[in-house]
Amino acid sequence: MSKYNLTSEYKAVVIGGSAGSFQGIIKILSVIPEDFPLPIIAALHRLKHVRHGFVEVVSLKSALKIVEPEDKESIRKGMVYLAPANYHLAVELGNYFSLSTEDMVNNSRPAIDITLSTAAYVYRNKLIGILLSGANRDGGLGMKNIKDKGGLTVVQEPSDCMIDTMPKAALSLTSIDYTLTIDQIIDLLKELYQQYP
Amino acid sequence: MSNTIQDIDIADIRKITGLVYSKYGYDFRDYAISSFKRRMVRVLELGGMTVETLIKKLTDHPAYVNEFLDEITVNVTELFRDPGFWRLLREEIIPGILLNNKEFRILHAGCSSGEEVLSMAILLKEMGLQNNASIIATDLDTTILEKAKSASYLLKTMDVNEKNYIRFLGKTKLKAYYEEENGKAVFHHDLLKNVSFRKYDLVTGEVFNKFDLILCRNVMIYFNQTLQNEVLKKFHSSLFKYGYLAIGSKESIIWCDYANRFIVVNQEEKVYKKVRD
Repeated sequence: MSKYNLTSEYKAVVIGGSAGSFQGIIKILSVIPEDFPLPIIAALHRLKHVRHGFVEVVSLKSALKIVEPEDKESIRKGMVYLAPANYHLAVELGNYFSLSTEDMVNNSRPAIDITLSTAAYVYRNKLIGILLSGANRDGGLGMKNIKDKGGLTVVQEPSDCMIDTMPKAALSLTSIDYTLTIDQIIDLLKELYQQYP
Repeated sequence: MSNTIQDIDIADIRKITGLVYSKYGYDFRDYAISSFKRRMVRVLELGGMTVETLIKKLTDHPAYVNEFLDEITVNVTELFRDPGFWRLLREEIIPGILLNNKEFRILHAGCSSGEEVLSMAILLKEMGLQNNASIIATDLDTTILEKAKSASYLLKTMDVNEKNYIRFLGKTKLKAYYEEENGKAVFHHDLLKNVSFRKYDLVTGEVFNKFDLILCRNVMIYFNQTLQNEVLKKFHSSLFKYGYLAIGSKESIIWCDYANRFIVVNQEEKVYKKVRD
């Protein structure tokens, strides 16, 4: 089974999502095994004053350990990291996170562009970027950065999205390797899992 | 769409921070890289500059450095950001300080445009303690300190602030504390009567006083770990024994050299207490 020509070279998976991505994220995280060989870093638009709930909901459905990282926390495989409400989440050289309260980017904090772009800078061609349903253009530039550094780019198939503005923005900005439904994204991640010993 | 694509070499960043330090004494050399890089790109874009023209401007026009400081530092905050933190202050931390002292001192380190100082002033007023506290608020950016002193903010930001205040469960309405003038909410200056604003650089400044409570929320996230460690030592020296330190809800001191001189008072809101000299 090698539909997607994946290797065991990848170091991280980043996922961006906004309006309409919640069900998709839950579905993806609920089938990924707990010994997944890479860290999964998710930047999702969310209500800024609701600090709790999301991690708890996802944890109920997923075998993976899900946390909102603290500033300067090390990035480890087999973990799912969720950008905290009202902070930007950046990946730093040295494989750790930093947080910031800078201005919103694309009316968003966390901004998907910041998480994706900083991850692209650190992991270069060893990064898989996945952009899901959403109602604004955040994440498009981040996906372009991932592609420009030689990483693998995946967007949710627009017809599979509740709101397709976000994946379409990415498709118009850069070349996307795979345009997939949530079920196909799950297949891709399963194939990725099987590449690692 | 804002541009997060433009790149700037780490070597260029080092050149600029080296120049700003040697010529003006402001030390950004240990700031966290990725956010500092974004700020640098923003400075270049706002000024339509290249790295070379920025270096020339910083070299030839000393007056420009204030503008540079204002652009390079992050000045985004809210009144009563994280309402649960402010409730904790009212219900646990301030009463804890009052057990030992009727009069107490508070430091806002890196106060930016002053929203946290004003939140504190409103909280103390509602507790009937305005005259028991003396507050020092510091920042290295003189432009932003002037804004903090003016205690006036764009009316369009008041929506967020009012919502935070409601979640804080304040005694009245936020509106009770300001007048609307020319699209701004101008807060009553009486609120800041016991506040002294000072230009002070956390990185290079000496310890100058002792406090019962230090607030430094979402400031050290812009520092690298080396610098965070140094600044925590300064906070330790600036606190009375059993004084409190509050940092941002997603910050941590756990790996710092001085971490074991503090205990956790509240893990959720990241409030610590100094227990060892």
